[in-house]
Amino acid sequence: MIIKPEDLAGSGPGGDDPDPRGKFGVFGGRFVPEALIPALDELAMAYDKAKHDEEFLREFDHLLRTYAGRPTIITEVPRFGEHAGGARIILKREDLTHTGAHKINNVLGQALLTRRLGKTRVIAETGAGQHGVATATAAALMGLECVIYMGAVDCERQALNVARMKLLGATVIPVHNGSRTLKDAINEAFRDWVTNVDHTHYVFGTVAGPHPFPMMVRDFARIIGVEARRQVIDLIGRLPDAVCAAVGGGSNAIGIMHAFIGDGDVQLHGYEAGGRGLESGEHALTLTAGSIGVLHAARTYVLQDEEGQTIESHSISAGLDYPGVGPEHSWLKDIGRATYHGITDAEAMDAFALLAKTEGIIPAIESAHALAGALKLGRELGSDATILVNLSGRGDKDMGTAMTYFGL
Amino acid sequence: MTNPTLAAGEVERHLRARRDGGRGLLMPYVTGGIAPGWTDYLSAFADAGADAIEVGLPFSDPTLDGVTIQRASAAALARGASTRRILADLAGLPDLGVPLVASTYYNLVLHDGPEAFCAALRRAGVAGLIVPDLPVHEAGELMDVAAAAGVEPALLASPTTPPTRLAEIAARSRGFVYAVSLMGTTGERDGLAASAAELAGRIRRVSDRPVLLGFGISTPDQARRARRHADGVVVGAAVMRRVLDGAGPDDLRAFIATLRQALDQECDRSG
Repeated sequence: MIIKPEDLAGSGPGGDDPDPRGKFGVFGGRFVPEALIPALDELAMAYDKAKHDEEFLREFDHLLRTYAGRPTIITEVPRFGEHAGGARIILKREDLTHTGAHKINNVLGQALLTRRLGKTRVIAETGAGQHGVATATAAALMGLECVIYMGAVDCERQALNVARMKLLGATVIPVHNGSRTLKDAINEAFRDWVTNVDHTHYVFGTVAGPHPFPMMVRDFARIIGVEARRQVIDLIGRLPDAVCAAVGGGSNAIGIMHAFIGDGDVQLHGYEAGGRGLESGEHALTLTAGSIGVLHAARTYVLQDEEGQTIESHSISAGLDYPGVGPEHSWLKDIGRATYHGITDAEAMDAFALLAKTEGIIPAIESAHALAGALKLGRELGSDATILVNLSGRGDKDMGTAMTYFGL
Repeated sequence: MTNPTLAAGEVERHLRARRDGGRGLLMPYVTGGIAPGWTDYLSAFADAGADAIEVGLPFSDPTLDGVTIQRASAAALARGASTRRILADLAGLPDLGVPLVASTYYNLVLHDGPEAFCAALRRAGVAGLIVPDLPVHEAGELMDVAAAAGVEPALLASPTTPPTRLAEIAARSRGFVYAVSLMGTTGERDGLAASAAELAGRIRRVSDRPVLLGFGISTPDQARRARRHADGVVVGAAVMRRVLDGAGPDDLRAFIATLRQALDQECDRSG
């Protein structure tokens, strides 16, 4: 087995699970309609039972190994590292999983839970389409009805993923409200859930939303960091100096960071989408420029105006284009355990091209934000440093954007 | 709950008095700032026999609202509506003789802090509050400061709420208990959901507080049926569809009057 009970957090040494109400410090909780509370209670109980259940762990482990392609490898990228002040850069290759991004880990866990809950239908929101594709994939595998909500703008810029979801048997519903991106897709998924909760499970795609999602999604993604920690120690004989990941909602970031939280000497860096820059107002700098509020059922940092209305975010990467963030990241920021920075569209696209040219790996534009962060961090930390970067997904889906951006 | 009326605030006292007088309670809703002169709708509601009036403070992400109130919220925000401006409009109104109940999502309550928010409501003459994304176990920080400010937050109960939780909601709710008639979002429906009667009955068995049924109640006939199980009804989307279609205060006065009449007939019948 690659997964052990202690690999799902909670029984781990960090002592960093939320309280029974789902609070990480002041963040998190359950700001949902009363109608959803019984379903969330049921889900929390089912998950708590499952994570201590040998049979569930065996099923999850089996799917991770024989379907998702775990463990994923790590790859050292010295030619790319030359541009990062000579620092040793190591990539955790979530891009090599089935469906091409880290989202599959969470989705397989939740699909197994859906079956345990006796539900026959799953819904999900998606931004870049990766979580939608992963959910449609798991639904096909397990014979579940699947409906995906996707902002109309995202449907356009990620047309390939829309086609993939349809081929996998899912119904894709374009959302035309509000900013027509991820935030509005989540709103619409909540409306579906409150109506169909008796037979529907909402496969939430990131570490946000109401308790137990931030904890549960984290636990299912946590295997990324658990594997990477062992692999880096095997390779270099010690822990890395820093761990870098892109942050939209924050699932790939918490997935790789969480196993290192107890390692006080390992710096944790999250990179948000800076879009056209902070001053432009067109960005998704939730943790770096937002304020505390409640969005999508959790108290967390939010991009909001002086009246408390949510501000529409911007990013060249659909997966990071979100004005909220998972509550555990808000907590890690406030206690100073993790540091969050902005990476502009231009910086991300430079790193995207650089990795392709120096190492023959085309990353997702989301992941390119972490790569751009690692370039800066490497120059700060110097050539003795080792930096682990979560390469959360592959860039095939982004070729349309890249063709336009680079005039290919 | 030995003597609930003793601690009851203005909204609850008002609704209890009318209910105990045999009247079916009617609370129409309007999205604040939806049109120039929007407060004329409030006077029309009061004239037509409303017992309380719900004023929505629009939020950019109304996850519990169906298409009609989503459209109304977006239209109001596009016109520049904000909590501050809506409350300023309300503060300028003469006494309508019925309590005003604000409704909004928790982010707007939290924005300046629940204490400042409740004080602002009170200054605008608003005595009640509905926050649909604030379940009872998250409501602690609001309930205390609201009580101090003289604002009564009504909690929502749903068809799936288990018995012990329902008792807690009914006990901690202020003003009235908002019974959500069905599993779903706000919006008009063809008939009254079967779950409505059962939920209202369950609340009434554990509490003497007024029970208002809302979500999907859109016609005089549905109001009449709802009245058989609850103390009254909340009508939102059916009002806002008409407003969005261009209906003015006089049109809405006529519509609310048909609901009033239906509730009165049902009272006569059952009385």
